[in-house]
Amino acid sequence: MPTNNYLPHLDGYVDNEGPKIVTSRFNDPNNYKISNYKASGGYQALESALDISPDAVAAEIKDAILLGRGGAGFPAGLKWGFLPDVYPRYLVVNGDESEPGTYKDRLLMEHDPHQLIEGCLITCYALGIETCFLYVRGEMALAQERLAQALNDAYAQGYIGKNIYGTDVGIDIVLHWGAGAYIVGEETALIESLEGNRGMPRLKPPFFPAVKGVYMKPTIVNNVETLSNVPWIVTNGADKYKEFGSEASPGSRMLAISGHVNRPGVYEVEQGEVTFRELFYGDNYCQGIRNDGDVKMFIPGGGSAPWFFEEQLDLPLEAKAVGAAGSMLGSGAIVVMDQTTDAVKACLRVVRFFARESCGKCTPCREGTSWEEKILQRILDGAGRPEDLDLLLDVGSQISPGDYPKAAWEAEGLEAVPFPPKQTTICPLGPSSVAPITSALRRFRPEFEAKIAAGRTTVGASS
Amino acid sequence: MTATESSAVKATTGVPFTLNGQELHAEEGELLIEACDKNGVHIPRFCYHKRMESVGMCRMCIVEVDTGRGPALQPSCMLTVTPEMKVETESEATKDAQDGVLELLLANHPLDCPVCDKGGECPLQDNAFAYGPGESRFVEEKRHFEKPIPISDLVKLDRERCILCDRCTRFASDVAGDSLIHFIDRGSSTQVNTFPDHPFASYYSGNTVQICPVGALTAAPYRFKARPWDLTGSPSTATVDSSGSRVLVQSSQDKVVRIQGVDSDAVNWGWLSDKERFIYEANVSEDRILQPMRRAVDGSLEPMRWNDALKQTSEALGKKAAAIGGARLTLEAQHVWQKVLADEFSVVSYDASLGDDVSADVVDSLPKATYDWAFNAGSVVVVVGQDLKEILPSIYLRLRGVVKDGSVELVEFNYKSGSLAKLARKSVQSRPGELAKDVKQAFTATPGERSSDLNCLVDTDKPLTVIFSRPNVAESADYLTEALQVIQSVRPDAHFLPAFRRGNTVGAQLAGLTPGVREVATEDEIIVEQVAVVGRPTAEILQEAANGEVETLLLLGADPISDFPDKALAEAALDAVNTVIAVDCFENPSVASANVILPVAMYGEVNGHFVNSEGRLSPLGARVTAPGLVRSDLEIAASLAKTAPQSNSDAQSSLETSHMLGSEPIAWDLLELSSEGARIKTPTKPIQRVKADVPTVADGLRLVIGNKLWDQGTIVENSRTLAGLCETFKVRINPADADRFGLTAGAEIVVKNAKATASVPFITDSSVAEGVLWAPANVRGFDPRSFVTFSESVCYVEVSAGEQK
Repeated sequence: MPTNNYLPHLDGYVDNEGPKIVTSRFNDPNNYKISNYKASGGYQALESALDISPDAVAAEIKDAILLGRGGAGFPAGLKWGFLPDVYPRYLVVNGDESEPGTYKDRLLMEHDPHQLIEGCLITCYALGIETCFLYVRGEMALAQERLAQALNDAYAQGYIGKNIYGTDVGIDIVLHWGAGAYIVGEETALIESLEGNRGMPRLKPPFFPAVKGVYMKPTIVNNVETLSNVPWIVTNGADKYKEFGSEASPGSRMLAISGHVNRPGVYEVEQGEVTFRELFYGDNYCQGIRNDGDVKMFIPGGGSAPWFFEEQLDLPLEAKAVGAAGSMLGSGAIVVMDQTTDAVKACLRVVRFFARESCGKCTPCREGTSWEEKILQRILDGAGRPEDLDLLLDVGSQISPGDYPKAAWEAEGLEAVPFPPKQTTICPLGPSSVAPITSALRRFRPEFEAKIAAGRTTVGASS
Repeated sequence: MTATESSAVKATTGVPFTLNGQELHAEEGELLIEACDKNGVHIPRFCYHKRMESVGMCRMCIVEVDTGRGPALQPSCMLTVTPEMKVETESEATKDAQDGVLELLLANHPLDCPVCDKGGECPLQDNAFAYGPGESRFVEEKRHFEKPIPISDLVKLDRERCILCDRCTRFASDVAGDSLIHFIDRGSSTQVNTFPDHPFASYYSGNTVQICPVGALTAAPYRFKARPWDLTGSPSTATVDSSGSRVLVQSSQDKVVRIQGVDSDAVNWGWLSDKERFIYEANVSEDRILQPMRRAVDGSLEPMRWNDALKQTSEALGKKAAAIGGARLTLEAQHVWQKVLADEFSVVSYDASLGDDVSADVVDSLPKATYDWAFNAGSVVVVVGQDLKEILPSIYLRLRGVVKDGSVELVEFNYKSGSLAKLARKSVQSRPGELAKDVKQAFTATPGERSSDLNCLVDTDKPLTVIFSRPNVAESADYLTEALQVIQSVRPDAHFLPAFRRGNTVGAQLAGLTPGVREVATEDEIIVEQVAVVGRPTAEILQEAANGEVETLLLLGADPISDFPDKALAEAALDAVNTVIAVDCFENPSVASANVILPVAMYGEVNGHFVNSEGRLSPLGARVTAPGLVRSDLEIAASLAKTAPQSNSDAQSSLETSHMLGSEPIAWDLLELSSEGARIKTPTKPIQRVKADVPTVADGLRLVIGNKLWDQGTIVENSRTLAGLCETFKVRINPADADRFGLTAGAEIVVKNAKATASVPFITDSSVAEGVLWAPANVRGFDPRSFVTFSESVCYVEVSAGEQK
């Protein structure tokens, strides 16, 4: 029988064994209060950062190879180095976590808001930033409430505002609530929304946030989890950080596992040390597939990622290895589906999400994703046509032309095509809808064909 | 060739790039789509518009571009040409992308082209034919929306046809500053719409119809009136105000059915106000007078023959006659009328303006600016008078653009802040009688006492343009004149731009149809004949008429009862004269007392020329035949010349050519060759210094009568769709004054002075200066001129709370 290690005050977090970096304070149910946070050494990283030069702080983070945890996995230290010598510049915290299956940032904001705030302050100091915008997803009421309280407390105690720790460093943090749009998780759309416009992505180039971000000023956009790592690295040093995880991906990651496993939840997992198989079946992790079943497919990194199958179970949980196999760890949302899953329905479910969340800006995404959804729905409704399967792939290629991304299927003699894919759109939302279609059609085409054939007999094809 | 030499060549010829295998050069910073256009390679597009910032939304202009990192599909409207860029507009990948975008755009498009107004001139149709896949694989049910919904009184929106290119929404927010339409919902349900209960009530809504690349936005006056292939067009100029916007007047079956803005770099950039765009509806109004009429003994109108009408007019003009009006005629008609009146009938009292605008003498004395000069980056614009949005709306858009992007600094002096007050460097709220004082204060204060926002006015090299208009007809015009003279004395280098409400006011001045002595010469060897004329200001003409010293009053499209600041005097004058001859197209309050009405051709029915505020000459095109027995002003004047008692052969010969402006020296061909129109430069001459009266100080508020774009002007009132846009009368008072006088919102207030007492609706408005009561001129409900005593330099009114309703 699976053991239940869920912390009662934490919705979905599993307190498993292993090194803890960003979730080290999750055991304390009152950690969101500033007094508790300070009692466990909080805001000391900020103090020690202020003792050294901003450049030294930035160098430490760069040295730690802190990979971005929002999806693309770009090293934060490198990203910071892109800022031109222009002031004012801004830090924007991307707390608009809405990738299907992802709910790690929510836990970080709800249960350790001060760790995030401290990370923001250190980052601002390192980059000479005086204003930080904390953009929190509209639906996350508790996170908003606790962050608001945490900001008020930190302001009251002098950690934010003018003359922090008696220095002449002054930093303001502005809390901004989203209005419930998935696309605002994309950094340029988030900036548009922050400026008070409809959340629609800007084209990069020319609107790279590091050069033309908020109010057309240089802007760093970092994920909540990324910044939550910063205080630990400053306190313990980059070398200590690199003792965890693999060489290319040091430290730990928060992974949100959902679907047909016995113990779904958010786990802090050392990068590269664990394989998918261990994660799904290990006692320390998800403790097997429900009803002792088998994995039919799994999504390794959020709805946008191409699917994996049982032959990829032994890949290590690490961005580089997953990328080489043709998918991505993305935002750390792993969705496991057992053999009872209907591949067509699963495909529709993911595609529908993207069709509904398309911002409507680019024609291929706006019209293409909803077309894909309509075709899949029609197949499920029993009105599919044999030519629909190629049509699906072709509509997909209008959003994401050329060789579509696919995981390597050695059995089929296929090698992985690099991810991310080419796109005719401004942002990757549209191409994201293509990944589940190509994944499902490559692997489970007979299932689609069976539905179409069954539909044709029941829907009154002539005998 | 060495490396050094080759880079030297690059520096002089721009950015080298390869387009479909051809080595070409683009300008520094040029967008790829523009560079391709210039080199004759057309890239299909929907959302791109050269007068607006690119958004890269429709993806139609995607082409294959290699910047050294391998070929990639890039939107050419967002990409600036960089050195060694390789562009393929006809490659397989580009064609696939174009196929794909068009198939997707048409997936949910209703394909109702046969009943769509845009069919035949539709970029979606054209691109689908030229670049599309030919047929659709979309078999699902299409997206449905309610078919067209009115988003304003003038514009209807069919969301099914919309391809979400962001042109209309971008225009509304970025260009017009009226963010009243926006995208709502997501995914394929995304739609353009208004906010609940806030219609798209913009002065510029018609532009969205013109730039819509599909038939989603249609204009109420044009819907189902014609098919594009039936339309024939004539280049012309908008005449509803003096901005001189370039237009194309289009007709079908000999009716004007549409006016489109023409993108003229020097003038209106393709944008029009709705007044300029939809004014043609009056041409087919049922109330239009289509044959000569005379007033019978019982006061009713009865038709008469042209010959009789002309004979009667000729006789009447032979007695002690005066003429008012003519600022809306063609330059040619103005010239001929002036000749006929002065030479044939020896009439010396005439005035094209109606005493409610800036006087010609003032304008003549000032060095003129062009729009381009005024709005050049690094300049300063000073607006003295009314909100430009209400007076010259299409030029307001250009001013707004340069003020918004920070390239031009704006300072305004007025009694009610203009629409750009928030973007202005400084908005100085003045009061009637104090305009000159406040302007002087701003321009002559020492740096210590002056607000630093006003530093841009003096001690600077920045070019300065003063855009001025009559701020208030309820005060002496001298305050404005004095204010302009103050500016000219402090900044002798300043240029000036008059914002006349009536279209061809500058033309009337050139033709000598306004009072004053003028010598008119020109630039570019274009010589307008010299005129030395004495007209007489409308105020004096009406006073003489009221005194019984005038027997005949000729109204050239003038309505002094509605427009002249002293309504009582205008009425008395029309009562006192023996004969009133009206050359007009509708019955208005003044025409109602006419003894003879000569029906005259309207806009789109006559050829000629127009001179805008800058002095820019541009053509007026006759697109349709004048209806009924209507004749043009030129014909009427020419016919009168023949019947004149002391016929003058010189004038005759110039009329017979039926050209304007007499003997030859004008090279008219040269003028018409220039697409932007030639500019006639009026000379500056010393002006008589004006020292306005020091205003008397009294209790109460000083009355300001200002203008709104939509009023009860004769033509607007007779345009079916526009007539409803005129607001009902409300006065505006600063909230502080409302508190001071204990006025409660929602109730009417009592306004009174020695001349009149009235209970009127009011609203508080912080854009109105303290101590001022602002009232709109010539709108429905009440006429604020009843408070004005014409001889007093400032008009005071007292306000008190009315009875609660």
